[in-house]
Amino acid sequence: MDFERFKVHGEPLIYGAMISIALATIGIIIGLTYFKKWGYLWREWLTTVDHKRIGVMYILAALLMLFRGGVDAMMMRLQTAAPEMKFLDAQHYNEVFTTHGLIMILFMAMPFIIGLMNVIVPLQIGARDVAFPRLNAVSFWLFFFGAMLLNISFVIGGSPDAGWSAYFPLASLEFSPTVGNNYYSLALQISGIGTLLTGVNFIVTILKMRAPGMKLMKMPMFIWSALLTNVIIVFAFPVLTVALALMMFDRLFGSQFFTMSNGGMDMLWANLFWVWGHPEVYIVILPAFGIYSEIIATFSKKNLYGYTSMVFSMVIISLLSFLVWAHHFYTMGQGAMVNGFFSITTMAIAVPTGVKIFNWLFTLRKGRITFTTPMLYTLAFIPIFTIGGVTGVMLAMASADYQYHNTMFLVAHFHYVLIPGAVFAVIAGFHYWFPKVFGFRLNDRLGRHAFWWIAISFNVTFFPLFLLGLMGMTRRTYTYSAETGFGPLNSLSFVGAVGLCIGFVILVYNIYWSTRYMPKDTNGDPWDGRTLEWATNSPIPAYNFAIVPKVQTRDAFWTSKVDNIPLFEEKITKIHMPSNTGKPFIMGVIFFIFGFSMVFSLWIPAILAAVGIVIVMATMSFDRDHGFYISAEEVIATEKKLRGETV
Amino acid sequence: MNKKGPLYVLFLSLVFLLPGCSSLTVLNPKGPAARTISDTIILSILVMLGVLAVVYILYIFILVKYRAKKSNEGYVPPHEEGNKWLEALWIAIPIIIVAFLSVITVKTTSAVENVPADYKNQTPLVIYASSSNWKWHFSYPEEGIETVNYVNIPTHRPIEFRMYSFGTITSLWIPQLAGQKYAMSNMLTKLNLVADSEGSFIGKNANFSGRGFAYMEFETLAMNTKAYDDWVKEVKETAPALTEEEFKSLLAMEHLGRKTYSSTHLTFSPPPADHGEMNSEDGMDMDMDNGSMEHQDNTKIHPSPAPASETEFDSVPNPELDEPVPTSAVEEHTHDSN
Repeated sequence: MDFERFKVHGEPLIYGAMISIALATIGIIIGLTYFKKWGYLWREWLTTVDHKRIGVMYILAALLMLFRGGVDAMMMRLQTAAPEMKFLDAQHYNEVFTTHGLIMILFMAMPFIIGLMNVIVPLQIGARDVAFPRLNAVSFWLFFFGAMLLNISFVIGGSPDAGWSAYFPLASLEFSPTVGNNYYSLALQISGIGTLLTGVNFIVTILKMRAPGMKLMKMPMFIWSALLTNVIIVFAFPVLTVALALMMFDRLFGSQFFTMSNGGMDMLWANLFWVWGHPEVYIVILPAFGIYSEIIATFSKKNLYGYTSMVFSMVIISLLSFLVWAHHFYTMGQGAMVNGFFSITTMAIAVPTGVKIFNWLFTLRKGRITFTTPMLYTLAFIPIFTIGGVTGVMLAMASADYQYHNTMFLVAHFHYVLIPGAVFAVIAGFHYWFPKVFGFRLNDRLGRHAFWWIAISFNVTFFPLFLLGLMGMTRRTYTYSAETGFGPLNSLSFVGAVGLCIGFVILVYNIYWSTRYMPKDTNGDPWDGRTLEWATNSPIPAYNFAIVPKVQTRDAFWTSKVDNIPLFEEKITKIHMPSNTGKPFIMGVIFFIFGFSMVFSLWIPAILAAVGIVIVMATMSFDRDHGFYISAEEVIATEKKLRGETV
Repeated sequence: MNKKGPLYVLFLSLVFLLPGCSSLTVLNPKGPAARTISDTIILSILVMLGVLAVVYILYIFILVKYRAKKSNEGYVPPHEEGNKWLEALWIAIPIIIVAFLSVITVKTTSAVENVPADYKNQTPLVIYASSSNWKWHFSYPEEGIETVNYVNIPTHRPIEFRMYSFGTITSLWIPQLAGQKYAMSNMLTKLNLVADSEGSFIGKNANFSGRGFAYMEFETLAMNTKAYDDWVKEVKETAPALTEEEFKSLLAMEHLGRKTYSSTHLTFSPPPADHGEMNSEDGMDMDMDNGSMEHQDNTKIHPSPAPASETEFDSVPNPELDEPVPTSAVEEHTHDSN
């Protein structure tokens, strides 16, 4: 067998990465063995079907990927910090910006959001778990092993190098002969299936498992955003699935869907990609809107202003998100009529988004605003995201886009949308809901330090890119000459990137510091919250709510506190719970083996793994495990213990 | 919070400094197409600054007034459902702004897709721009000359670039003259521009196309009609003819300096059809999907550069190219409705 193709050549950086990955893996194995934690890991985490633990694992994986994507970003900023830098060569730079995009969108922002949804959605609707807990575990492990498959491409065989949009024919075998884009098609496919299952799971959960009395128009805004997001997932991801399958056929089996000859259509890929790709942006942004709505209401001590128009604006954004994809390639020569249509649909999105901004502002108005860490991120989001929004309208104008397209202006715009729109939101949500999951808050002073580093450095990093775009600097350019005059602004941007880095280090340090020194929260409601997740104990017991709450108003927990409306009236009875299962994890491992074998065209292992997947699926389908019951006495004892009373 | 202050200043300085600042290439146009876009951009920045101002003023006012402080300790915020008139207001005003910008967009887009208004009575000079690996080939069928990695154009005459690619999707972009447009392997795209002052303008491929992408630039030299005619004459007299063999070897190369030839490759390697022509020629009897016969034929004659071993150029010339450029060019070349 030819082992040459598994190797990645030449780069000391890559050898360094290989060594550090190997050392980290060995360290983890030794640590687990030394502390005898293998059994704990298997029983409590790898086989869990508990939505909270799955959510925590999603968030951990997302933080890990944030680090990986962040290192990519730093390498890119360093390489372009001065003219003619020799830090990375063109091929390496191409791989780095491709994986940066893929990882940040698909393996950082989305899992972070899905992780928060996992933790919070069942709690906010007063449910004991998601509708299909095992399917939820399948979703997570498919995402996780898809992400791992993409990550090992860096050290085994080479990463995808045709941009995260992987336009054909550049991504075809002819122009990208390494296995990099095989990884692309398979890793995204595997984790994409996981995401699609999440979509189904959460739609059913939200529609069928709400606490009695919680009508659709009484749902918290985060639940609305989660519902719409998952509807978008269910409509958009099948397009990606098909596109990736066709890509895989093109690259592995010699079909000609997107090639230049025999009737292939390179523009078809661009269309399919963006029919999924644009809604994908809203998949990460809508839940962020939901998170911000919760945080703004909590920390201004007011109910959300214009609830109905908030809901409708999200519904309209979801619909429009499917009608704008061609604005990603106005310059493909489809003419003024088509471009005009897509310009108008794109600009129309500004209307519902504007409604949301003004409703948030008017929620703050007449409130009593406290500046906690989650609130700071939320408040920074409004002015920064507005810049992202208005530059979005500018880009939507087809004629002007002929000059912005493919330039740093575009790069600046989407970072101005995605970082305040998604990253700030998940950080805010992370700080906000952290005490719910772990029973103590993150330190506010350290949190504020991290915030100011991140918020200011963000603008220093990305504002110069608007100007660079107008100066004619194209994106994805690995180097430039001094005469172009791009040097100073790029250096400034690098300074900002270093600042961002410092901010994230403080953020992570805060997690460590708070774990050691922060006092335990006592009542499960540290922020004086408004929605149901604050009505149960922190940390949350496995069954979430000892008694299923009865909902009468929108901010159910708030009104129960203010107007003394009781939430929990029934008696404690035995609670039905799903049993843990290792099959989703095993299936994830086999999917990983399948994906890896396919990437390298190792047909025998691929076929064996495919058979294995079918077998695991079949055994899952015929599994007659109906779960178990927690007795009423045990529930009462747990509740007492969590409230600090002696049993 | 106090960080939108500097941002606001940045945006203001952007607007007031930019038009005068020649380093912002996009806002320093040298032709009507780029000027239309530049004006559109500046207008949109002004409108957007208005939007930002409203949001920022409200935001600062609200944060200052309603922040928690000692004096409002005990204050219980009211319950507010919303206000349908206020909400209607911030639905209506954005709709008006979007409608206004939509009209501007549609007008300017169709303006830059066509021959600039002041030049409609002139015959455009057709230049085929094709990309292969990380270089550009410019063919002048009217003059029968071809250049590599530089293009000379006469000023005050409409130029019609017809773009296609021998490989990956590229994007022809001369920021000071016009916006960019893709060049693709199985479709011809068109870009209209006019240079109204002499000068050397940078042109590049804007669309990422792999390893050599960063160096895929060319010079666009706009010269007066006489200088241009002299240059054409000189090329016709002194440059060698472009043979099929030579062209094949050019295609195979990754990067290349400047080259000049006294004939074009279009005669032995015709370009793909554009959408309009395809539909009219194919009629109903052909395969109607876009990856149809036409494409296959073209790509056969017209293969990708990389494995040049099996390529076989069809020597039947494209009849259209041997004819002089039609004089009633306005009707012929206003293809924007594909």
